[in-house]
Amino acid sequence: MRTEITSVQATEILRRATHDVFETMLGVTPEERAGRQENSPPDPAEGVLALIGIAGDWVGTGTISGSAGAARFLAGKFLMQEFAEVDEEVVDAIGELSNMVFGNVKTMLEEQLGPMGLSIPTVICGCNLTTRSVGNHAWTVAAFEVEGHRLELRICFRRRERSSTPDRLAASLPVLG
Amino acid sequence: MPVDVLIVDDSAAIRKILHRVLLQAEVPLGKVVEAADGREALRKLQEEKIGLILSDINMPNMDGLQLLSALKAQADLKAVPVVMVTTEGSSSKVMEAVALGAAGYVKKPFTADQIKEKLTGLI
Repeated sequence: MRTEITSVQATEILRRATHDVFETMLGVTPEERAGRQENSPPDPAEGVLALIGIAGDWVGTGTISGSAGAARFLAGKFLMQEFAEVDEEVVDAIGELSNMVFGNVKTMLEEQLGPMGLSIPTVICGCNLTTRSVGNHAWTVAAFEVEGHRLELRICFRRRERSSTPDRLAASLPVLG
Repeated sequence: MPVDVLIVDDSAAIRKILHRVLLQAEVPLGKVVEAADGREALRKLQEEKIGLILSDINMPNMDGLQLLSALKAQADLKAVPVVMVTTEGSSSKVMEAVALGAAGYVKKPFTADQIKEKLTGLI
């Protein structure tokens, strides 16, 4: 087993997982935009943010974020219907899409890092959403555009310190306001 | 003879998509019943005569593995085939499901053809 994954490798894993899920379930091909490594919390955003926790010997968080319009578009493609607002169905669809994408990410990471677990996704909608990484770990960001809608996928993970509490799922917390 | 199918997934979106795939599949399909977790599935199984179950693994309250164990412990339900539809690729949870008696699994994301192919052998 490897002991680490580089940011470049993490970006490639995020890209492959996103392509697989979007092309299979939504019938759309995401266009890749410049990714990056973030060492400080991202600027506050508004729209929809899905978070999923990584647990096991490696702990962290994956997120998918985009505007309310992007969320309505993705849910519309997923469920083959149009949405005028971000309602319960849109939130559920975004949660399931993030579950599939990060399920794929998990499978690819496990090939190199060993077994991991994923939490059930949490989806937050609103303004001024800030995601902070406890311990200030770097985030790998992969960006996409899908039919005019920008999406960003982030992942932040590290090997769990032996003294850490095993049940501590998420290495980041959403901060509202 | 038409077979009634139970879809178990905490995502309403996935239940809706699977329901649509079932309606489009060229299989003798009867009623399609939905449940959001294992507990609700067990309640529905008391009310309906189900011939096939499509179930997620990771769900709140009672997950797919717990549901499978509960089904295999009941004489009147243990023969009902259960197909796991899950993001858990080749993980230990899938292996556990197969060991518990799952009839097969489909990995998310899935195509309609993959679901149909799995159903054709079971219905």
